[in-house]
Amino acid sequence: MSKTSETTPRPRSTKAPQPRPGDPPITPELVDEHGLSPEEFERIERILGRTPTFTELGIFSAMWSEHCGYKNSKRLLMLLPTEAPWVIQGPGENAGVIDVGEGLALAFKIESHNHPSAVEPYQGAATGVGGILRDIFTMGARPVAVLDSLRFGDLDSGRNRYLFSGVVKGVGDYGNCVGIPNIGGEVFFDRAYDGNPLVNAMALGVMKRDELILAEASGVGNTLMAVGARTGRDGIHGATFASEELSADSDEASRPQVQVGDPFTEKLLLEASLELIRSGHIVGIQDMGAAGLTSSASEMAGRAGSGVVLEMSDVPVREPEMTPYEILLSESQERMLVVARQGHEEEVRKILEKWELEAEPIGSVTDDGHFRIEEDGTVVADIPALPLTDGCPTYEREGIESDEVKALRARDLAEFLEPEGDLTDTFLQLMESPNIASRRWIYEQFDTTVRTSTVLRPGGDAGVIRLSGSRRGVAATTDCNGRYCFLNPREGARAAVAEAARNLVCVGALPTAVTNNLNFGNPLKPHIYYQMREAVLGMAEACRLFETPVTGGNVSLYNETDGQAIYPTPVIGMVGTVDDVSQVVGHGFRTPGDTVILLGENREEIGGSEYLYRIHDGLVAGEPPVVDLLAERRLQHAVLALIQQGLLKSAHDCAEGGLACALAEAAVGGSRGPLGLSVQIHDRIRPVALLFGESTGRILASVDPADESAVLGRARNHGVPARVLGKVGAPGDEFRIDTPEGAIRAPIDEVARRYRNAIPNLMDHDPDAPGGESHAST
Amino acid sequence: MKVAVVTFPGSNCDHDCYRALKLLDGVEPHFRWHRDRELGEVQAVVLPGGFSYGDYLRAGAIARFSPIMDAVVAFAREGGLVVGICNGFQVLCEVGLLPGALLRNESLRFRSHEVHLRVETTRTPFTRRYRKGQVLRVPIAHGEGNYHAEPEVLAELEGTDRIVFRYVTPAGELSAEANPNGSAHHIAGIVNESRNVLGMMPHPERAVEEVLGSTDGLGLFQSMVDHLTAGATL
Repeated sequence: MSKTSETTPRPRSTKAPQPRPGDPPITPELVDEHGLSPEEFERIERILGRTPTFTELGIFSAMWSEHCGYKNSKRLLMLLPTEAPWVIQGPGENAGVIDVGEGLALAFKIESHNHPSAVEPYQGAATGVGGILRDIFTMGARPVAVLDSLRFGDLDSGRNRYLFSGVVKGVGDYGNCVGIPNIGGEVFFDRAYDGNPLVNAMALGVMKRDELILAEASGVGNTLMAVGARTGRDGIHGATFASEELSADSDEASRPQVQVGDPFTEKLLLEASLELIRSGHIVGIQDMGAAGLTSSASEMAGRAGSGVVLEMSDVPVREPEMTPYEILLSESQERMLVVARQGHEEEVRKILEKWELEAEPIGSVTDDGHFRIEEDGTVVADIPALPLTDGCPTYEREGIESDEVKALRARDLAEFLEPEGDLTDTFLQLMESPNIASRRWIYEQFDTTVRTSTVLRPGGDAGVIRLSGSRRGVAATTDCNGRYCFLNPREGARAAVAEAARNLVCVGALPTAVTNNLNFGNPLKPHIYYQMREAVLGMAEACRLFETPVTGGNVSLYNETDGQAIYPTPVIGMVGTVDDVSQVVGHGFRTPGDTVILLGENREEIGGSEYLYRIHDGLVAGEPPVVDLLAERRLQHAVLALIQQGLLKSAHDCAEGGLACALAEAAVGGSRGPLGLSVQIHDRIRPVALLFGESTGRILASVDPADESAVLGRARNHGVPARVLGKVGAPGDEFRIDTPEGAIRAPIDEVARRYRNAIPNLMDHDPDAPGGESHAST
Repeated sequence: MKVAVVTFPGSNCDHDCYRALKLLDGVEPHFRWHRDRELGEVQAVVLPGGFSYGDYLRAGAIARFSPIMDAVVAFAREGGLVVGICNGFQVLCEVGLLPGALLRNESLRFRSHEVHLRVETTRTPFTRRYRKGQVLRVPIAHGEGNYHAEPEVLAELEGTDRIVFRYVTPAGELSAEANPNGSAHHIAGIVNESRNVLGMMPHPERAVEEVLGSTDGLGLFQSMVDHLTAGATL
């Protein structure tokens, strides 16, 4: 089928490409079907100096889709800070890279697989994990951890339960098989995600600093090789599909655009790629991800300022008679494009063969700056590479806040500050909310300990892994409260960055960098574009203040079903460094008699809270909690210093469900089982807000009583309000919070039971059904 | 003392086993590739966890046919120490070195968390460092760990003291809740008749350092070293 090696570029063709037999004529309708506007089509004709062929139209359609071309987000993304002394690689590559000390570098990135997961949750989520892992190991880094940031509609719907369980299984099966521990993430349920789940997967990889390799097709005469799985007809136009709104018909019609994953091949590809990179036989490597061969080849050429020529009949295919159009736009999984040094093709093939994989020469690097496609020597596409990759038009749209949101935000919440019945009942209901309840049902399906480096597993504020052969470690978290962002996108984005940093600090890590996943609706709608702009501005401000530059990420737009958009959800994936992993602390209380301390201030804020949503019939209204970035920074500096001095035995962020739920999470979250608690809070704030309000900038800590005054004193020296709330109790004791206007009292084992069983009870309705967890306990 | 760690395509705990062995004085782990036909001069063999050959067909079903397995079987038949962990246990059952089979977890879901194991016998080269009845904390991570065997086989395992580990509560008691996968007789690990081949679903190699949450798995590897250096009888 192909030659054993191709060491010389093919002779240049000077003729313009001709339509292939069977190509449809280029009509305005066809252009529209390819997601290109008439203006964009004119621009293509100007770039080419002629009408594109059908193959070329397909190529442009993929590269100028939102997914690849960032046409509606690029101008906003330029507002984000991207630099710091420790940043080795910023945005524009497969993944960002930072220096983590001792000659090691960390590659990390987050990516969405929302649209495929809405249609086929298991494969959509699985291939999402596969894609992000490839982005990491194509930088030369060995993947060491994954996190997952998930959003679904409420679990009272069967469809949402189906999506949720399918996505969790997909994330788990893929990562488990490749052997990468899952160390954290988040899941959030709200009707705003009905029909439009969000599946964002983040991965981290470690390499020696000098092992970094870039995705560039450099060196004229070097050989492009297709590596890994063969190219099939799956996922054709996935990038374009991901850039459209879903409708009721999407389900069936779109299924062929969802790819199928094979984690076993991925594992082989991982090992082969790392061996290949270390071997010195290649100069560049890139995943054939969205828009497949088209984007990988043209982007590698674009970055290097070179050109490429590809021979379609040399591409290993799964099915006969695939057209160049199909080969170029296929999104078959577990494929890589490799640029081999001229004359080293056989060595490349041998390494792949060791891992039971194929590597075939399919083209070469040229110096003419063109992206040229041939079929049996006949040119079928010939496009200047740079205009193709970087010439995608970018737009700044009109952004106007929706009146509906303005009204919701301005709503007077005074009536909801009065308790709705017994405070203890309300508290227990919140502990059973899927947004607060234990996530064990999820992360028990993920291998969290493979690679023997996991120091903190999922279930706490952030995951931590140690760096092999070192005392140092890396922490990671993902955060975003979409409700806050819906009510006030700028404040919500600031809150997401602040919370991510706070979560890292709570485990004893110094926040260092961010990868973001911007999930929004249709940017052509002014109120959506407003959300995007505001969220990016808020994110930029907070990232500057916390000195956590954004090194890359992903944009997912058109997250709408039948015209209804999701909440704006700019997910923050943040990484941090730990100097000594033996100093890491968890979120759970550890010893009866320890003193519980609150750092930060309680405010009377219930806007956008889980309390309103869960207790008051799904109400989403009010101003979300205000973020005082400077106070937040003082708090985080103080807590990090206290952990590094060994003075805190646990630390936990106050988030959804407020202080009461944070206290309960700490009480039930210890490694030796639930511990009772007795605290008194004297603030002159109405009890609903005091107990369940979600004010930011608060961290709960437990300390040895002997260290109490030292901790309070040092916190105050940092300018952080700190006070003693009470004492950790013994196993079996009561969980008790007293306030001037009411109290919460419940046996701690009851609190723990409700917290742990909430999600299993929702997911495993019928205790007699196979697959029910209760089956194992009968 | 040289120990072979076998890498199949899809093995993903091979490096973890290597690293755990490396922590022991005098132990030199060596990787062996699935296409190798010989183990070389080694005193013990570890078949690590993972998804050998993608677990296609059945977990372990294809790995048993890889070239290295002939050497592993021969080594075991001559009395060499062989440990199969997780997927390695599945391979040992498939190749016939251990009786029974590992079915899908009763919950039909992958389960990953810490379990408690009770040491049922110290009369093996793998458990001499432990006390009988000692409770160990060790992680599991598997989708197919539900040990199944015919009643006669189970009776024989019980009667010949070949059940090495059982899933128990933290207090060391048998309970359905503490059995994570529905295994018959709460079985987490067994040895063969001549007691030189151990298969177990939990991952002792993940419980070898304080920073990882437990050191309870170290004793297993140390027992092997003791056995091989002291040459004690079973």
